[in-house]
Amino acid sequence: MAQKYAFVERECVACGTCVKACPRSAMTVYKGVRAGCDAFICAGCGTCAKACPAAVIQMISKGGDE
Amino acid sequence: MKKTWRDYLWIAELTYVSLGLFNILFAWLGMVFFVTPLLIAIFGGGKTYCNHFCGRGQLLGLLGGRLRLSRNATPPRFLRSAWFRYGFLTFFMTMFGLMIFSTYKVFTGLPLEQAVTLLWTFKLPWTWAEVGAVAPWMAQFAFGFFGVMLTSSTLGLITMVLLKPRSWCVYCPMGTMTQGICKLKHGRDPGNHERGCEKGCGAA
Repeated sequence: MAQKYAFVERECVACGTCVKACPRSAMTVYKGVRAGCDAFICAGCGTCAKACPAAVIQMISKGGDE
Repeated sequence: MKKTWRDYLWIAELTYVSLGLFNILFAWLGMVFFVTPLLIAIFGGGKTYCNHFCGRGQLLGLLGGRLRLSRNATPPRFLRSAWFRYGFLTFFMTMFGLMIFSTYKVFTGLPLEQAVTLLWTFKLPWTWAEVGAVAPWMAQFAFGFFGVMLTSSTLGLITMVLLKPRSWCVYCPMGTMTQGICKLKHGRDPGNHERGCEKGCGAA
């Protein structure tokens, strides 16, 4: 099974909930505009996606497929 | 992750509401929650306030997360849409403007209305408040502003229970304003190229 990472959609509200939820500090809010995920650090656990109040985080495989 | 003082700012939110119930004039302290996020966003701090200092967000997270008061349901798509967020911001600021106008009317001589308006509709009588020590317009602003803060807290609590804990953050007018400021400064899609994104940047 391909390893997954958190993919943040354009409608992110940059609230920072995912940053606090991530157990590996892979999420950052960049310049107050949108959250992003460091795919190298992300373990694909999906904790951020569950916590995201806007439901804009999708877990996708690092190869690009869902 | 080790907790710092910033993680306890939910106490400030609780204290604010309690102080306001004790003496309505403490409502003025809420201006800190109103002005600080804007100043941080304008002077280059991005959404640091939302991300680290927002006591309301922390409180909703605690109530919905740790105390499990939230259904944790996926929010409807419209909640995060630009038209809803900016529409709600416009509505919220219009009502805020009307509150300022009623403060001005009291400043010009109209009698003080001792009531806190909840959800822009329900007037809660607040006759026990002792406001004789200040000018009537200052008291009027306190009643109006506390109504704004109680209204937003109520909406936050309702969506916390029905949806996810921090659902309020999705349509919070302050969050929409600060993100709007950041978008104006950095563009709608600044990317996230600080740390290893060559093989899969998480920013869409």
